Amino acid sequence: MKAQKLAAATLLAGGAFTAAPAMADDLTLCWAAWDPANALVELSKEFEAQSGHTMSFEFIPWPNFADRMLNELNSGGQLCDLLIGDSQWIGGGAENGHYVKLNDFFDSESISMDDFAPATVYAYSTWPKGTPNYYALPAMGDANGWFYRKDWFARDDIRAAYKEATGKELGEPQSQSELMEIAKFFQGREIDGNTVYGAAIFTERGSEGITMGATGALYTHGFKYENTPGKYDMEGAVNSPGAIAGLEYYKELYDCCTPPGYTNSYMGESLDAFKSGQAAMAMNWFAFFPGLYADPDTGGDKIDFFVNPPETQAGSTLGGQGISVVSYSESQDAALEYIKWFADPEVQAKWWSLGGYSAHNSVLNDPGFVDSQPFAGDFLEAMKDVQDFWQEPTYAELLLAMQKRLHDYIVADQGTAEEALNKLIEDWTEVFEDEGKL
Amino acid sequence: MSNKPIDRVAQATPAGVARKVKGLSDRAIAWIFVGPTIFLLLAINIFPLIWTINLSFTNFRANRPNRDVEYVGLRNYERILNDSDIWLSMQATAHFLIWTIVLQVILGFALAWLINRKFKGNDLWTTVIVLPMMLSPAVVGNFWTFLYQPQIGLFNYVISFFTGADPSSFEMLGSVDLAPWSIVIVDTWMWTPFVMLICLAGLRSIPDYIYEAAEVDRASKWRQFWTITIPMVLPFLMLAVLFRGIENFKMFDLVVQLTGGGPGSITELASINLKREAFEKWRTGYSSAFAIILFVTVFGLASIYVKALNKVKER
Repeated sequence: MKAQKLAAATLLAGGAFTAAPAMADDLTLCWAAWDPANALVELSKEFEAQSGHTMSFEFIPWPNFADRMLNELNSGGQLCDLLIGDSQWIGGGAENGHYVKLNDFFDSESISMDDFAPATVYAYSTWPKGTPNYYALPAMGDANGWFYRKDWFARDDIRAAYKEATGKELGEPQSQSELMEIAKFFQGREIDGNTVYGAAIFTERGSEGITMGATGALYTHGFKYENTPGKYDMEGAVNSPGAIAGLEYYKELYDCCTPPGYTNSYMGESLDAFKSGQAAMAMNWFAFFPGLYADPDTGGDKIDFFVNPPETQAGSTLGGQGISVVSYSESQDAALEYIKWFADPEVQAKWWSLGGYSAHNSVLNDPGFVDSQPFAGDFLEAMKDVQDFWQEPTYAELLLAMQKRLHDYIVADQGTAEEALNKLIEDWTEVFEDEGKL
Repeated sequence: MSNKPIDRVAQATPAGVARKVKGLSDRAIAWIFVGPTIFLLLAINIFPLIWTINLSFTNFRANRPNRDVEYVGLRNYERILNDSDIWLSMQATAHFLIWTIVLQVILGFALAWLINRKFKGNDLWTTVIVLPMMLSPAVVGNFWTFLYQPQIGLFNYVISFFTGADPSSFEMLGSVDLAPWSIVIVDTWMWTPFVMLICLAGLRSIPDYIYEAAEVDRASKWRQFWTITIPMVLPFLMLAVLFRGIENFKMFDLVVQLTGGGPGSITELASINLKREAFEKWRTGYSSAFAIILFVTVFGLASIYVKALNKVKER
């Protein structure tokens, strides 16, 4: 009898989370305005046809995305039923009650987090980090990678000039040092009557740009946020000799090898510099690579891609997002229905084919995946060694402090790398003290 | 029966209302009229100010509404006054404020002096000159960003034309030395016409007979300028300085569009810093204290200035 009652209660509880399409809802999905968002609109038409719900989309330009969405969440706004929010928001989303906890729903719908790449589950879904408390489904795997002018790298005259200058063969850089060497070689060079530049990197001050760019160099030189995860012991990790060398490296890359006026540049500027034929190499998120490859002027045979090269160790800056149900939504059932549909392996396969970066193992482990796109193999390699910024509820403060210290040193030429990192520790210590974590 | 408006209103007033109003004193009727305005003032201005003062003594964060709020005494004020970054932003604000006012007063007065002379096309030139101040700061910021672009920007080409320097050899918005001046140039371009209009009003208010009397006394043009024009335009000039000073102390939009406070924090004015603290870092208590400090500073300086202005007017 007891067992029957328990079974009945379980069924009832399960039923509460089972997304039954009782009524047609109008769901609003919020995300950043970029190429993958357009792919998601296309993909979601299938959901509309299947479920009877209609989908609206609110796509915010990247520079305003965090501001706009965090304001929305903090004010308990009901604009978004579903939010594909940045990985760093997961701590705040969970602790401040903005996101619905999805564990029971996943259990009732047999959605297993083991079906998704572990790095993406850790980064996009869990809070506290690494615990089996899920607030999002990995929606869009991403990392910061590189692309270059394959046609220039293949030209005999340029290859000969490079060999003469460096004694090496010109090819995809195998280390950060080699990347700088190639960038220096191209800087100011005349190609087809135009002056070209070495590398388009992230230097943006206002949102997250310079941090996302510079951490690619920092991670590969040994930078860590803490000596012991969860202890907030930053001294010797944030300002380790490796971290200082990494920051000095990024400043040198900025000083030597970027196009003129490249003082406040992020994703758009990097794409512009490359597509306008100014930059030999550029960094950007993998999310843009399908569009870059399809570009009629600089895509196709003229472009190739590589993962952020290692220096003392491998490391790439994590991008990407998970999809969450907003707790203030009045259409949570329909939103959960969308998540269930999105987690389906077939939908995930279609998501990848349309230009979205699925994090589902069935897609990533497919034997044909690596050859499915010229950047697919690099994406897999990058995702093995990704590192993310702090995902604390106070991530915005932590990020702004790093933006300031890095921009002050790299672009504004204030102080030394060591001073910048020491000040960063002071800033972060103050934030953690205020939070009662130190 | 009188046909005055007041009588017509009295006639049209319904008897019930008239009876009620009849019993009210003049003072009560005055309160009825003034009451809504006072209520709005209290709700929109005074209450938020008092609330901000209250918040400035707490550790409240608007993005953590569920967290306990603690009163921290003067800690926020102490932190602000000992924060070197805050002082750097105040220095950046002072640089911007002083140079924009100096340049706008000199150029605005000079333009007003020229426009005040009768010449053909006077009205057309006045219209052309005031065009920049009719534009949105966001638009101005955006197109000056293009003008300052080192590779394609017109500004760099003009400078290179006169100096022979390579246009892409300097970055107005990206250079630590030039960025503070780049925002001064744009604000001066945009708001000099405003100062010019005020000066023009001052110049046109000077009666011709004063100059005629000076001519009779054989005063030179230079002497007329210093003893008639300047003293009589001075109150207007001071008013222009007051308006521009208050405006530029809280300058935000134009500079955010141009530099975003960079490079580094070189052009991070106090208002930009305040916005970052309040709405990006969400340190509501801390930013409330900062806002109060800025308010007291502007209010104090403006009060002293207005007293000086009144003395000049009395002379």
